[in-house]
Amino acid sequence: MKMDTTKQPNQFAILSRLLHWSMAAMLLAMLFIGVAMVTSLGDYYKLVSIHRPLGIMILIFAILRIINRMMTTLPPFPTTMSQLERKIATASERLLYALMLALPLVGWGMLSAGHYPVVMFGAWRLPPILPANPMLYAALRKTHTVLAYLLFAAFLGHISAVLFHTLIIRDRLLNRMAVWPIRPDKIESQN
Amino acid sequence: MSLVESDKATPAPGKLPASSLVSRLVVIGVIVFGVAFLFAYAGGWLTPRALTPTRIADRFEALNGVHPGFRRNHAKGVCVSGYFESNGKGAALCKSLIFQMGRVPVVGRFSLGGGLPYAADSAQNVRGLGILFQLPNGEEWRTAMIDLPVFPVKTPKAFYELLLASAPDPASGKPDPAKMKTFIENNPESAKAFPLIGGKQKSSGFANSSFNSINSFRFINVDGAVSAVRWSLAPLEAFEPIAAADVQSTNKNQLFDSLIARIHNHALAWRLIITLAQPGDTTDDATIPWPHERQQIEVGTLTIDRVESDDTSIARDINFDPLVLPSGIAASDDPLLSARSAVYSQSFTRREGEHKEASAISAAETGK
Repeated sequence: MKMDTTKQPNQFAILSRLLHWSMAAMLLAMLFIGVAMVTSLGDYYKLVSIHRPLGIMILIFAILRIINRMMTTLPPFPTTMSQLERKIATASERLLYALMLALPLVGWGMLSAGHYPVVMFGAWRLPPILPANPMLYAALRKTHTVLAYLLFAAFLGHISAVLFHTLIIRDRLLNRMAVWPIRPDKIESQN
Repeated sequence: MSLVESDKATPAPGKLPASSLVSRLVVIGVIVFGVAFLFAYAGGWLTPRALTPTRIADRFEALNGVHPGFRRNHAKGVCVSGYFESNGKGAALCKSLIFQMGRVPVVGRFSLGGGLPYAADSAQNVRGLGILFQLPNGEEWRTAMIDLPVFPVKTPKAFYELLLASAPDPASGKPDPAKMKTFIENNPESAKAFPLIGGKQKSSGFANSSFNSINSFRFINVDGAVSAVRWSLAPLEAFEPIAAADVQSTNKNQLFDSLIARIHNHALAWRLIITLAQPGDTTDDATIPWPHERQQIEVGTLTIDRVESDDTSIARDINFDPLVLPSGIAASDDPLLSARSAVYSQSFTRREGEHKEASAISAAETGK
C-alpha cells in the first residue's frame, strides 16, 4: 500500500473517479433491471440476458476497484465532517464494496445451485461455483433480493449525504469525485 | 471549474438564507425520492393490477392449492434419461453443436398438465415432455413440449384469463359457461385453436405421443442465415387411439405405469423433426398452425432408456425453461416465450425452497 502522507491529494485519483462513475452507472442500471425483470413477463428474457453478463462485469470492476482503493492515497475528509460522520462514511464505503462483490457472487452461486447454465454471450458460459442443490438455490435467491434492496438503500443514503453536504453545508464535497480536475481552492480545506 | 458555487472563491460559505435553504432541501428531496419512486415503479409496486409472474403462479396455487415441492403446473410426472443422436441434417440450418453428427446425453421429464401432483391420470390431460440436451461444450438446450397441436392462447394475458374462465365454479363444480363464452368472444384466436386441440385424437399413452415445441424459435446457421422454425418429436411407437382401458379407475397412475413398463421392456424413441416457416407464416401466435405442406427435416432421434422417480432424479430440480438455448437457437417474437421463462422461474423458486413431498410415481413404482 502506498502511503504518501506528505502530499495528500485534493481529489480522488483519476482512476478512482472513473471507476466510481462507471460503477455508479452500472449498479444503478443493474438495480433497475433486477427489480423490473422479476415482475415482468414480456421483457423478462431480454432483461435477464443483460442482467447476467452485467453482473459479472460489475464483479470484475469491483475487484479492480478494491485493488485500486488499496493502492491509492485518499483526499482527507473535509473539516465539515464530524468524527461520527467520518466513521459512518467509512463504514458505508465498506458496505458498498462488500455488496458490489457479494451480489454478483450470490447471483452466480444461485444459478449454479439452481442447475442453470451461467450464460454470458453466445456459447460463452461461466462454470458453476456451487453444487446443484434446491434449498441452497432458494436461500441464495432470497439473499440476492435482500442484498439488492440493501444496496439500493445504501445508494440512497450515499446520494442523500453527498447532496446534503454539497447543497446545504456547501463544502464542495462532490468536487472531490468530479471527473475533471478541480482547482485546490475549490475544494474544502484539509482537516 | 467546479460543480457548484463556481462564482464564489471563498471556501467557507456563510449561512444560507431560509428561502434558499428550503429550495435546496426541495431539490435534494426531489432527487432522492424521485429515484426511489422510479425504482418502485420499475418494481411494479405502483401498478398492482399489472399481470406479473407472481400473479400467474398465485393463480395456479389458487386453483390447485399449494403442494409443497411440486411444479405449479405439470406437477405430476416421471423423470427419464437417454440420448439424442443427430444425423447431421440440422447443421445446414443451425450452427449449434447439437446438430453436428453425433450423440449427446439427455435428461427429461414426462408430465401431465395441471397443478395436482396426486390426481388420477386422465385421457384429456395435456401431456408434457421436458428435455435437457447436454452439449459436448457444456452448453444446454432445454425445451418443454406438449402434445397439443397448437396452444390455446396467444398472449400471457389471454392465458391468465383462460385460467380464470375455465376454473370450476364453487357452486356447480364446473366452469361457468358464461365466463367461457366471454373469454372466447374476447379472444377469437383461441376460438379457432380450441377445435384444433379438441379434434386431435389422443394416443394410448406417453410412448406413442407426439410432442410439439408449440412456440416458434429461430435457428441461426454458420453463415448467419436465420430461419423461423418449430419442432416436434414424432414417436417410433405406432399410434393407437386412447381407449377406456388406458385410463382405468382402479389405477390412478395408469398412463405413467404403462410408460414405465414400456421403457423397462425396450428403449423408446422419437424422431426430432424441424418444420421450416415460409415468409408470411405467423411466428408470434402459437394458436395458429403452419400449413401442412411446410418443409420438415428429420434431424435426429431421441432415445429414452431409463426412467426414475421425481423423488430421486436430478430432473425434479431442473427448470425446463424454454429459453435456456445454445448458441444457434434463439427466441422468436412469440410473446409467450419470455412469459413462460418468467413464470417457470417463479414456480421453480417457490418449489425449490419448500419441503419436498413424495411423488405419486415413487421410486418403487419406477423400479417395477
